[in-house]
Amino acid sequence: MNNDRLTVLKEKLSQLGVEFYDVNGSPGIIASPDKIIRVCEVLKNEFSFSQCRDAVGVDRFEKKNRFEIIYNLYSLEFTDRAFVKVLLDTKNPETPSLVNIWKGVNWYEREAYDMVGINFTGHPDLRRIYLPEEFEYFPLRKDFPLMGIPGSIPLPKK
Amino acid sequence: MPHNTINEKIQQNESAIPKSKILKALESTDMSVEFDDALENEMVLNMGPQHPATHGVLRLLISLDGETIKKSIPDLGYLHRGYEKLAENMSYHEFIPHTDRLDYLQPIANNVAYCLAVEKLLNLEIPERAKYIRTICSELGRIQSHLIAYGTTVMDTGGLTPFLWAMREREKILDIYDMFVGVRFTTSYTRIGGVAQDITQEALKATTKFIDEFPAYLKEMRDIIERNKIFVDRLEGIGYMSKEDVISYGINGPILRAAGVSSDLRKDAPYLLYDKLDFDVVTATESDCLARFWVRFQEMYESLKIVRQCIEKMPEGPVNAVEPKKSLPGKEKIYTKMEELIHDFMLINFGQNPPKGESYGAVESSKGELGFYIISDGSGHPFRLKIRSPSFSNLQGLPKMMENCFISDSVVIIGGLDPVMGEADK
Repeated sequence: MNNDRLTVLKEKLSQLGVEFYDVNGSPGIIASPDKIIRVCEVLKNEFSFSQCRDAVGVDRFEKKNRFEIIYNLYSLEFTDRAFVKVLLDTKNPETPSLVNIWKGVNWYEREAYDMVGINFTGHPDLRRIYLPEEFEYFPLRKDFPLMGIPGSIPLPKK
Repeated sequence: MPHNTINEKIQQNESAIPKSKILKALESTDMSVEFDDALENEMVLNMGPQHPATHGVLRLLISLDGETIKKSIPDLGYLHRGYEKLAENMSYHEFIPHTDRLDYLQPIANNVAYCLAVEKLLNLEIPERAKYIRTICSELGRIQSHLIAYGTTVMDTGGLTPFLWAMREREKILDIYDMFVGVRFTTSYTRIGGVAQDITQEALKATTKFIDEFPAYLKEMRDIIERNKIFVDRLEGIGYMSKEDVISYGINGPILRAAGVSSDLRKDAPYLLYDKLDFDVVTATESDCLARFWVRFQEMYESLKIVRQCIEKMPEGPVNAVEPKKSLPGKEKIYTKMEELIHDFMLINFGQNPPKGESYGAVESSKGELGFYIISDGSGHPFRLKIRSPSFSNLQGLPKMMENCFISDSVVIIGGLDPVMGEADK
């Protein structure tokens, strides 16, 4: 991202009370769940981040703000990238869904729900995407063992 | 048994079947899903996961009105192997063979993509010759993958011969890999900091021979279908999706380019040597299956151009970075030098220790942006490794593209998306 654009972006977004971090030279923006919709609307409408290309659900395994979700935004016009990170509560990881801003977020959020167990309020179709619906655990949480939990997925009857 | 009793029994059975969430998702305001609608017009059809036209284990639930698709829901996860969880429990080096199994139509390009992402995290610069080799590899991978896309699309519409031609050419590429690596299919060729071994003159000659002969075969492949009425009628105007929708759904790669957006990471965020090479980004504006098909076909010519330039300009020199703490030293040094032996031991047992932080590396694979978001906690294995797979996000547009199409078109639309389930399911 070129420097002028970065400065404008930082100025504009710091009015909304967000913090910044760095991902290989691309700006990373840390927002709280109540601000995320506003931040993303600004990024889409004023900085032409027209695509959301991924959402990364993370389990930090810490007492405070255990969960995170990182949206990977791409601007087709300026061919650069920005990352928006939302810090989520440990007990009740919940954040508003961004489906109304980018349609493609739908499946990425379903994946984050399936793997890490983050709840997206206002999501139209929050189902597990890879694992069976009856599965009770979230495999990418750090307290889920690598070998799996015996008996959690029933085998077909003989 | 009297007729009434049978009906009652059926009804009892029905209420016993719990309606799963996926069936509920298929419902809309003017449709509800029931099980005994076989003779009515509306019905629910299950397609896959074991269906030759879905190119892998993709399952689709389709609600039909006669032969028209009203709504469809893809069901993924039949090839989910939990690679992101596995990656958290192994060193960066150990994960390389697993990348072969992501997009199994072009394993070697995935190796390159993964190693580039890790090198970005490690701040590791690779030697010039390794860059050339990697560029050749990723472009050969692109041709390899597009050949399958070409062959299967024609096969889906009823032509078997071009598929065999495509496979014949693909075999030649696999033979070239055999000379590069010693393996034809699951290559695991790249290493962090370079490649496993230098390529020989013989392998370079074989590559040159291939790119010299290939355009003639490409012309043959083009001629047989370009003006074929059956083929064109099956693809033209099918699976249309507006440019705005394509962008909004986060779709990229050839499908985005077929919608008239010139977006290619090789030009937009150049990695390896792509800023020094001369090639064009192929675009079309129709945004239907035929446009996607020809965009892929044209890209093979561009890939050939790139490979030819790389072979001409390729310098001599080492193929592995000399960074004792980050890159493996190589066998002959391990056997003769103490220090290298220690470094090798440390790298294999404890792995590279990248600085704490987050990094994202992405390349333009044949299907779109293949990226790795890596979160490092300073230890030898990734704290979190997220694979951003193009097939997964491209598949998301499938329900929209299939709306109001005929059931027979669904096969062509899936072929036009060219998904690889190994990558979509991770």
